[in-house]
Amino acid sequence: MPKSLRRLAALIRKEVTQLLRDRRGLAYMLGLPLLQLFLYAYAVNTSVYHIPTAIVDQSRDRKSREFVQALVNSQYFNATLQLENGAEVMTAIDKGQVRAGVIIPPHFAADTDRGSATVLMMLDGSDSASVSSGYSAAALVAQSYASHLATEQVQRKGIRTSALAGASALPITTSTRVLYNPDMIDIWFLLPGLAGLILQTLAVQQAALIIVRERELGTIEQILITPTRPLELVLSKMIPLLALCLLTMGVVVGIGVFWFGVPFQGSFFLYFWLTLLFIASSLGLGLLFSNRARTQKQAQQQALLTMMFGLLLGGMIYPRSAMPAIPRFIGDLLPMTYFVRASRTIFTKGVGLRFVWTDMLALAIYTVVVVLLAARNFKKRLD
Amino acid sequence: MNELAISAQGLTKQFKTRGGMVTAVENLSLRVTPGETYGLIGPDGAGKSTATRVILGLLTRTAGESSILGFDSMADSYEIRERVGYIAQQNVLPADLTVMENMRFFAGVQCVSAEAQKKRIPELLAFAGLSNFTNRLAGRLSGGMKKKLALACSLIHEPQVVMLDEPTLGVDPVSRREFWSLLGDLRAEKGLTIFVCTPYMDEAERCTQIGLLYGGKLIAAGTPTQIKGLLPGHLLEFTPAQFAAAQQRITGMEGVLELQTYGEKLHVFVDDVGARKAQIEMALAAEGIAHDDLREIEVRMEEAFISLVQQQTEKVGV
Ligand SMILES: Nc1ncnc2c1ncn2[C@@H]1O[C@H](COP(=O)(O)OP(=O)(O)OP(=O)(O)O)[C@@H](O)[C@H]1O
Ligand SMILES: [Mg+2]
Repeated sequence: MPKSLRRLAALIRKEVTQLLRDRRGLAYMLGLPLLQLFLYAYAVNTSVYHIPTAIVDQSRDRKSREFVQALVNSQYFNATLQLENGAEVMTAIDKGQVRAGVIIPPHFAADTDRGSATVLMMLDGSDSASVSSGYSAAALVAQSYASHLATEQVQRKGIRTSALAGASALPITTSTRVLYNPDMIDIWFLLPGLAGLILQTLAVQQAALIIVRERELGTIEQILITPTRPLELVLSKMIPLLALCLLTMGVVVGIGVFWFGVPFQGSFFLYFWLTLLFIASSLGLGLLFSNRARTQKQAQQQALLTMMFGLLLGGMIYPRSAMPAIPRFIGDLLPMTYFVRASRTIFTKGVGLRFVWTDMLALAIYTVVVVLLAARNFKKRLD
Repeated sequence: MNELAISAQGLTKQFKTRGGMVTAVENLSLRVTPGETYGLIGPDGAGKSTATRVILGLLTRTAGESSILGFDSMADSYEIRERVGYIAQQNVLPADLTVMENMRFFAGVQCVSAEAQKKRIPELLAFAGLSNFTNRLAGRLSGGMKKKLALACSLIHEPQVVMLDEPTLGVDPVSRREFWSLLGDLRAEKGLTIFVCTPYMDEAERCTQIGLLYGGKLIAAGTPTQIKGLLPGHLLEFTPAQFAAAQQRITGMEGVLELQTYGEKLHVFVDDVGARKAQIEMALAAEGIAHDDLREIEVRMEEAFISLVQQQTEKVGV
């Protein structure tokens, strides 16, 4: 085995031993992301009003007209287009003419009376804010209008449509969760981006402290006097954290899927690789901060700034397409931006590598560049 | 290959601080031949740690040259790091690793083969008296044991040179003695070159060569005997009842070369013991200052150092 790998192995073994021995640090690393997840899930409201909406009224009776009126009255929807069928709605969404479509099948009034009415809601999956607001609003309206709208039939239909179309098509359901906390549904649309924000914050923060802390403590001196090369040291700090962050990501996504019931449409395998690249690039960024900072405080500030930029510019909440050039460019410098886009695509559209490879490639290049930069910026001496 | 283990010529190190430039080491030149135990002696803030770090390549140098085993401190950092053992002044072994994990870690980063580790780690632990503490966290060891562990770790790759920065700082006298006897064994058995920084004068006596560092400058160098030989005359010691009065009376007396205070005692350097002893006793009696016997004592490193520092400050004062 080359000497470089032997040194790397020894360094990694040391880091892992120290990480596992630090119970409090571990609890923090696993606990904080979960706290964030629940806080955001229950507190963030990203409602968007007046979503341009296409209406397909195949029933054309009094009840269907009332239903549409109720949607418009809710302020969440603007009925901007009248179309004939679902395919046309899909085209309109694809063209960006509308962000949502409401399809009311024939015999709506009669079905409502029988308690088996179904309404199909189609929402532009690429715009999380409209999707989440639209979905909750529609669910509420559906409930207040005819509280016993059928669910199962619609759900199956909805899933079929979404698989067929590749765009999100969501049924109006009256599940108990919607009944008690309509905004909870936000998490469906928030999670793929939120996971990115939480993990980027964790990775950048942990990595940003890890080297400068040793410098401040003085323990770096005894490491510097060994033949360890900067790249080996950087990688040895990165690899154990990578494993830990991947685990955290698994827990966050797991809770999203199993606790909040967020549907995961894509390939877990693909998602794993996307996550791996994303976390590696975030850790690399943090290590770069750590090697450039003189004090832990400086590193902490840079990590905080990254989190703020991520929250505002990473595309999790505010659509990036609406941003002016400079904030958008700053967003481009964050690993999160690439991840959020790809994560959403995989999560909600269930499409394959073909649609996310550019973002994954960008993250791969990002990782290599930022790790090499971190190694270059590592100070081999004490001054 | 250079036959010197460690060398420095005109080595200078300045730090930029808010108050301006601080010169920590100034124009330092020293030569350490293989197998020697070289002591860099000086009080707190003399620049010992800075000099050691610059020679090791842990700090950049402002001017001058330095090398270890012929490898330049700046250009050949990694060659040096593979061949030298170092114990930093602050105890900086990972405190959250056990004794054994520390040994394994340093063995690993120095690329010591598995077979060699199997043999050397138990040997070194036994040598350092840590065989029964392999599972104890380094942070939970006593001060002396920490230093011994650091020594064991710094020897794991069989270095030709070890540089120890105040290795007995914060260590009780018994452990200090033990530590120095370990160093003695190393020199005797392996012919190791040892470079040690210390403010303790008694430790200086154990070195084969010493350099006295004061205010960043080397003010004297040589064997302990040579250094002590630099002092003029003979040394008388006594304890006066009225300290200040005695000090005042004796200062400037004919034949008195230098006066040092040593606790309650006065140390008087004189040109001739026989003549001056009677003269001082008479002077004290005339002033009515009671005192115990004036006795001639062996000059120790401590007196030599103080004397050399006084000469130095007088020179600067003029
Ligand atoms: N990084 C630094 N920045 C600024 N000044 C420094 C720095 N390191 C050391 N100094 C200054 O250089 C001088 C020499 O310090 P050094 O630590 O080398 O002394 P020392 O002989 O090792 O003393 P000690 O016994 O206290 O360890 C001191 O005045 C110290 O304040
Ligand atoms: Mg020092």
